[in-house]
Amino acid sequence: MAIIIDESKRVLVQGITGREGQARTKLMKEFGTNVVAGVTPGKGGQQVLGVPVFNRVGDAVDAVGAVDISVIFAPAKAVKDAAFEAVQSGVKLLVLVPDRVPVWDAMEIAAAARANGARFIGPNTLGVLSPGRAVLGMIGGKAESAREWFKPGHVGIVSRSGGMTSSCGYYLGRVGIGLSTLVHVGGDSVLGMRIPDVALLFQDDADTQAIVVFGEIGGSQEEDLADLIATRRVTKPVIAYIGGAAAKEGTRFSHAGAIIEGNRGTHKGKVEALRRAGAVVVDAFGDLPRATLEVLGERGA
Amino acid sequence: MARLHEYQGKALLAARGIAVPRGGVARSSHEARVQAERLGGPTVVKIQAWLTGRAAIGGVKFATDPAQAEAVAQSMLGMKAGNFAVSEVLVEERLEINRELFVSLSIDDAARAPVLLLGLEGGSGIEDRAEAVTRIAAHPVDGIDRDALRDRLERSTLPRELIDEVERAIHAVFRTARECEARSVEVNPLVITKDGRVMAADCRVTIDDYAVFRHPELGIEIARELDHPPTALERIAYAVEQADHRGTFYFAELPRSGKPDERLIGFHGAGGGGSMMSMDAVVREGFTPANFCDTSGNPSAAKVYAAARIILAQPGIIGYFGSGSGVASQEQYWSAYGLAKAFIEMGLNIPAVIRLGGNSEDRAVEILETACRKLPAKVEGYRKDDTPASVASRFRALVEARKRDVPKMSRHVPTFVGKASSWSLAIERGRVWIDLSACDSGATALIMRNSLGLFAESKGRPVLAVSEAEAKDKDSEFIALEVECARAGRPIVFVDMPLKGLDT
Repeated sequence: MAIIIDESKRVLVQGITGREGQARTKLMKEFGTNVVAGVTPGKGGQQVLGVPVFNRVGDAVDAVGAVDISVIFAPAKAVKDAAFEAVQSGVKLLVLVPDRVPVWDAMEIAAAARANGARFIGPNTLGVLSPGRAVLGMIGGKAESAREWFKPGHVGIVSRSGGMTSSCGYYLGRVGIGLSTLVHVGGDSVLGMRIPDVALLFQDDADTQAIVVFGEIGGSQEEDLADLIATRRVTKPVIAYIGGAAAKEGTRFSHAGAIIEGNRGTHKGKVEALRRAGAVVVDAFGDLPRATLEVLGERGA
Repeated sequence: MARLHEYQGKALLAARGIAVPRGGVARSSHEARVQAERLGGPTVVKIQAWLTGRAAIGGVKFATDPAQAEAVAQSMLGMKAGNFAVSEVLVEERLEINRELFVSLSIDDAARAPVLLLGLEGGSGIEDRAEAVTRIAAHPVDGIDRDALRDRLERSTLPRELIDEVERAIHAVFRTARECEARSVEVNPLVITKDGRVMAADCRVTIDDYAVFRHPELGIEIARELDHPPTALERIAYAVEQADHRGTFYFAELPRSGKPDERLIGFHGAGGGGSMMSMDAVVREGFTPANFCDTSGNPSAAKVYAAARIILAQPGIIGYFGSGSGVASQEQYWSAYGLAKAFIEMGLNIPAVIRLGGNSEDRAVEILETACRKLPAKVEGYRKDDTPASVASRFRALVEARKRDVPKMSRHVPTFVGKASSWSLAIERGRVWIDLSACDSGATALIMRNSLGLFAESKGRPVLAVSEAEAKDKDSEFIALEVECARAGRPIVFVDMPLKGLDT
């Protein structure tokens, strides 16, 4: 088992003929993802790496049958329309890779997804990867790196940083910890799936025994996860690191979501909320693998 | 700036039907007097600064006549407010206030939707008194839940005859936020005056950085949420970012303690989370980052070069620490080329430690270390198996052991640049120069080996193998060629990319 993505899921790529779209389709296919179609308006009829390209999501679905997931590589300002098209064509899960999607567009996508019974990951996500099975987006960059860095196993990773998703996975692998799925929720403030949503998926995944979290200052995802732990809706052990101890209030630290506004979203507040709920929070990132091993050891895994 | 000043925010509110006090902005004490004369009667003078509690630092004062308004403005202009000097004051009619309300439209990340926070009892500090504030849900297109808002207003102690007007004003706050794509619009207070008017007496508006491109009408110079107006280096960095969309480049200067024992360093991260984690690691070693910087998302070598130049331009730094997630999906050697070019060009004289882990890390570390081996200061590259803590600790050792009697850093442009005997080509962000007088067969062969197909050999000399148009955006490849020649001990190629504001 894994969450969100495995080799059985039928995947569409919107923006497949662009530079990023092509490069990432290559990664996905080589890693084992079942990419069944691509979409780029005006490029219908072409093929990219053997994948048929259509002008519209509706055309693709008519031709190849229903798809489970659409991965979107459109320019930031075109993401809203691409996402609307996908949900209106019945796609139930979207992965929005582009950075710099305006926040009001993200809120409109959220409203449209809700209205159509769909979910999404991102914007500004590196993607989702289930080792030994399949990948969405661009985690690992190259299939051979992704295979070398991430080993199959029983720990789930959820992170607000793309690079740190890979980093967590790699450092856990070095001490022999395998992974069920790695999820980068995205760096923005309004996200389709947030850390607590992904934690609930891991909670329900029979193959996941513990959840490793890379959190950051800003927003309320870590506090909301703490609530889920405190109310016993997440009972699997959670091991977390929160970035931004040295960050100051009022300045955005790259990620649109990484800003302390007034007294909300502080490093201290997040660490205390998680510890109070019973999560293990390490102070130095390098302590994450050892702390995870200890937790797994205690559970007799 | 993604934050607007009070007077800018009020103009947006007024354009959408919310009454605001009569007034105008003044940039000199004389202008303040003129504004006060125009308004007639008592006035209030307020510094235009991005901080709360302006009154507490003497930033809000009343004046009974124009002469007093002038004197008050005189005392305020130039005063220090937070991180910067006051350059503008707002002179407004003084209101006779009967009641204050708190109205805030912001984004609820958990609901993925806008949310209205409403405090009908008002007053300063209301935003921190949770029990006094009602949350009302909103839809990004349809607006605030109309029934819930109406119900809340009708259950309040507001004068019945004013409910319609307050309601209209609150819906107009939503329209302002939506139309301007604000992350937040806070009207605190929305006042009811003694003569029964509903007015926005103060406001704070923050625009979404990522939507600024759609709003030229807002006149936002730098789309960055910062706690201070942009510094000279931040302006230079922002111009680089805007001119080159290959990857992310984010640069912000950070507040300094000013203590003599402060150990300031230049910080160069890669990736938002990796940068924050790396900054935490280096702070744990007792350093103070002078800046935050992130080049990621497969940035061009030119962008990494520009970032390094800007970081090195900060006075007083005693080391250069670079580290991202450590397991980058992007090819890392482009970053190594950009860093090496900047370090060589400036004659780096402070130790640099760069964690380059990720795809092609071995090649990246080798490029960086060998290219920089003759510099006055030590440059070391590290891989994904080197943890942030161990690299930060190594950095501290190098900084503590650094040589003090080193030549000053300055930009070195080789003498063959600008010479008629040199080959040169204009590219998008600068000009490539090759010292033909030094081009013997060995040098030409070196160029052939490292030009990634950009050059071919003709009569023992390198000639462009692609069209000039195709070569225009190959700045990263040319930088790679320059660094490879330098590594081979034959510095015959130079990509001249002066930074506006730093070199010109």
